[in-house]
Amino acid sequence: MSTTSGSSRRALQTGPSGWLAAPALAFFALFAIIPLFGVLFLSFTSWDGLGEIKMDGLSSWTTVLTDPVTGNALLVTAKIMFFSFIVQAPISLLLGVFTAAGQKYRAALAVLYFVPLLLSSAAVAIAFKALLDPNFGLGAGLGLPFLAQDWLGDSDLVLFVVVFVIAWQFVPFHTLIYQGGVRQIPASLYEAAQIDGAGRVQQFFNITLPQMKYTIITSSTLMVVGSLAYFDLVFVLTGGGPGYATRLLPLHMYLTGFKANDMGAASALGVMLVVIGLALALLLQRLGGKNRNASQMEGA
Amino acid sequence: MEPQMKNRTFGRAAMAFSAAAISISLAACGSSGPAGTAASADSASMWGLTGGNQPVLQKSVTDWNSAHPDSTIKLDFFANDAYKTKVRTAVGAGQGPTFIYGWGGGVLKSYVDAGQVDDLSGYLKDNPDVKDRYLPAVLKNGVIDGKTYALPNNNVQPVVLYFNKDVFAKVGAEVPKTWDELMALVPKFKDAGIAPFSLGGQSRWPDLMWLEYLVERIGGPEVFANIAANKPNAWSDPAVTESLTKIQQLVDAGGFANGFSSIAADSNADQALMYTGKAAMILQGGWIYQSMKKDAADFVKSGKLGFTTFPTVSGGKGDPANVVGNPSNFWSVSAKATEGQKKAALEYVKNGMFSDSNIQGLIDSGAVPVVKGIEGKLAASPDKDFLSYVYGMAKNAPSFTLSWDQALSPAQGDAMLANLDQIFLKKITPGQFVDTMNATIGK
Repeated sequence: MSTTSGSSRRALQTGPSGWLAAPALAFFALFAIIPLFGVLFLSFTSWDGLGEIKMDGLSSWTTVLTDPVTGNALLVTAKIMFFSFIVQAPISLLLGVFTAAGQKYRAALAVLYFVPLLLSSAAVAIAFKALLDPNFGLGAGLGLPFLAQDWLGDSDLVLFVVVFVIAWQFVPFHTLIYQGGVRQIPASLYEAAQIDGAGRVQQFFNITLPQMKYTIITSSTLMVVGSLAYFDLVFVLTGGGPGYATRLLPLHMYLTGFKANDMGAASALGVMLVVIGLALALLLQRLGGKNRNASQMEGA
Repeated sequence: MEPQMKNRTFGRAAMAFSAAAISISLAACGSSGPAGTAASADSASMWGLTGGNQPVLQKSVTDWNSAHPDSTIKLDFFANDAYKTKVRTAVGAGQGPTFIYGWGGGVLKSYVDAGQVDDLSGYLKDNPDVKDRYLPAVLKNGVIDGKTYALPNNNVQPVVLYFNKDVFAKVGAEVPKTWDELMALVPKFKDAGIAPFSLGGQSRWPDLMWLEYLVERIGGPEVFANIAANKPNAWSDPAVTESLTKIQQLVDAGGFANGFSSIAADSNADQALMYTGKAAMILQGGWIYQSMKKDAADFVKSGKLGFTTFPTVSGGKGDPANVVGNPSNFWSVSAKATEGQKKAALEYVKNGMFSDSNIQGLIDSGAVPVVKGIEGKLAASPDKDFLSYVYGMAKNAPSFTLSWDQALSPAQGDAMLANLDQIFLKKITPGQFVDTMNATIGK
C-alpha cells in the first residue's frame, strides 16, 4: 500500500465513475440531508405535532439551552461515552487479538462472542431488564442477594448497568474490527521480532498496537460517535430513568418531541446532537494525524 | 450498519445518525399503521390497547365484521405507552385511524383544537338511544366547550387500593382507613419482610395515583380543577405541598417495594408483587382486576384479593367518597377519515358497541361497562363483589377526577410525571416541584 506510484494513483482517481455514488447520494439526501434541514427549520418554530407550525424565533433554543434537563442530558451522555470507551476499547482490543490467531478453538469462541451483535437492541434490553429485576430477576431466582440489587432503580448504579449492557452488545462488533486489523499485520514482523528475542507482551506493545493505530482510531470513533446514538437500548431498558439518571441526549430529544409534544425544542436538541457528533468525529480524525495514507509499517 | 464505514465518511455518517433519529422514528410511526389498515380501501380502522379489554374489543369487532361484511372494521392493538406516542404522530401526519382511542381531557382538547376529530353532538341528537345508554357523569368527559367529541367505549376505571388478604392475615394487620393507620402499617409489614406497597415507578403514571388521591383527600377536587383550568400558580395550593411531603415520608419509611423505580406497570410486574405476597398493597386502576383475574386466577377466585378506597387524611377537605381515575376510555372519530369510514364507524358505535354480548363480555372480563341498567347483570357475575363495588364507587362519587396526565395538556402532563418521579426518588423537594410545575401553567 505504501508503494502507490503516481500513475496508479491517477488511475484510481479516474477509475470508477463518480456516478456510481449517485444512488447512495440520492438516498442519503432524501433520508438525511433533507430531514436535517427540516429539523433545523423546525427548531425555530413551535409545533405540538398536531396543529399548525408557527414561526417562533429563538424561543425553542432558549427553552432548550436554559433547561437544566438538557445540561443533565449532556452530562449523562458524556459519562456514558467516557465509560463506554474505557470499558469497551481494552476488552475488544484484547479479544480481537485473541481471536485473530488461527487455532480452531479460538475461531469457535469468536463465533460465540459474535452472537450479541446479532440480537436486536430492544431484545437485549428486554432480556436484561427481566434478568436484573430485583424482585423476579436472576438474583431473586437464584437466591443470590448480591445479584438482587436494584440495578435499574438506583440512580447511582443505573449508569454503570447501562454501560455494561451497551458493552455486552457492542464489544463483539469492535472485536471484529480489531480481529480484522490484527490479521492484516504481516507475519514477517512477528517472525523478525521472535528472532530478535521479543516475548509475547513485547510483541503486543511494539508490533500489534502500533500497527493497529488506524484500526484503533476507526473503532474509537465509532464508539464515541456511536454513544450519541444510543437510544433504543436505553429507552427500553430504563426509559431514561430513574428520574433523569439515564436520560441521554437522543432520548431527551425523543421524549421532548413525542411525549411532551414539543417538536420545536426536540428539533433544537436534534441540531445540537448533529453538531456535537460532527465535531467529535472531526476531532478524532485530527487526532489520527493528517497524513493518514502514510505507511503503517513505519510504526514498527 | 456500521462495518462498511470508512474514516472519511464518519462526519457524514454522524450526521445521518443524528438527523435520521427524528426522521426515522417519524417514518416508523407513520408507516406501519396505515399499511396494516389498508385491508379494504374504505374499511374503518381502529386502534385498541393491549391488556384486559383486548379480547372483549376483539370479539366485538369480529362479531360486527361477520354481521356487516360491507362496513368492516380493521382492528390493531398496541401497548398503552407505545400507543399514546404512535397515535398522536399518526394523527398529526394525517395517517391516524378512523377510531381514535382516548381518555378525554387535555389530550382530546389538543385534537379538537387541531381540528382532527369530528363533533359528534349532531349524531347524539339524531340518535338519542346512544346518548341515553350512558351514565351521564361519564359521558360529559367527552365534551369540550359544550360539544361532544368522544363517546365512552368500555368500562369505568376508578383507582382502587388493592390488598392481599393472606398477607394481612399473616401479619395481623387491619385495612388502613386513615393515612396515619397506613403509615403505622409500614413498619409492621417491613418487619415481616413484606413490602407494604407495590409501585410500578418506571412507568411513572402509577406514581401519579398517589398524588391524585392525596390532593383529593386533603384539598378536595377544586385543587386540581384550578390546575386544569390553568389558573396562575395553581400548583402552590398547600394541599399539593402537603401531599408531596406525605409521599416523601412514605418513601423514607420504606413504604414502597424494593426497586420500585425500576418496576414497569406495563408488564404487570407491579400487581404480580402484590398477588405473589411480596407486597401487601397496591394503588392501581380498576383495570388491573381484569389482568389479575387472568394471571392470578386462583388468587382472585379464592377471595384473597381485597379492595378498598384510598384512606382519608385527618383535617382533609375532600369527600371520602370522591374518586380519581379514568371514567372510561373513549372513541373519537377522525376528521380525516373518508365518509364511508365515518359512516361505518358511527354505525358500529350505535349497534355494535355495548350490544348485549359486548356488555356481557366486559362484565365477564371483570369490568364495569359505563352504561345504565346493568345492576342485575353485575349481581349475576362471579366477580360481583368487585364489580358492584366499582359500580357503586363510580355512581355514588360526588366527584370523579380524570387522571391528571390525561386531563392536562401533553406538555404539562409530561413535565408533571418527570418531576413527580423526582419526588419519589427524593431528588427534588416539594417546593421545587411546585415552582417547576407553576412555570408550565398554560403550556
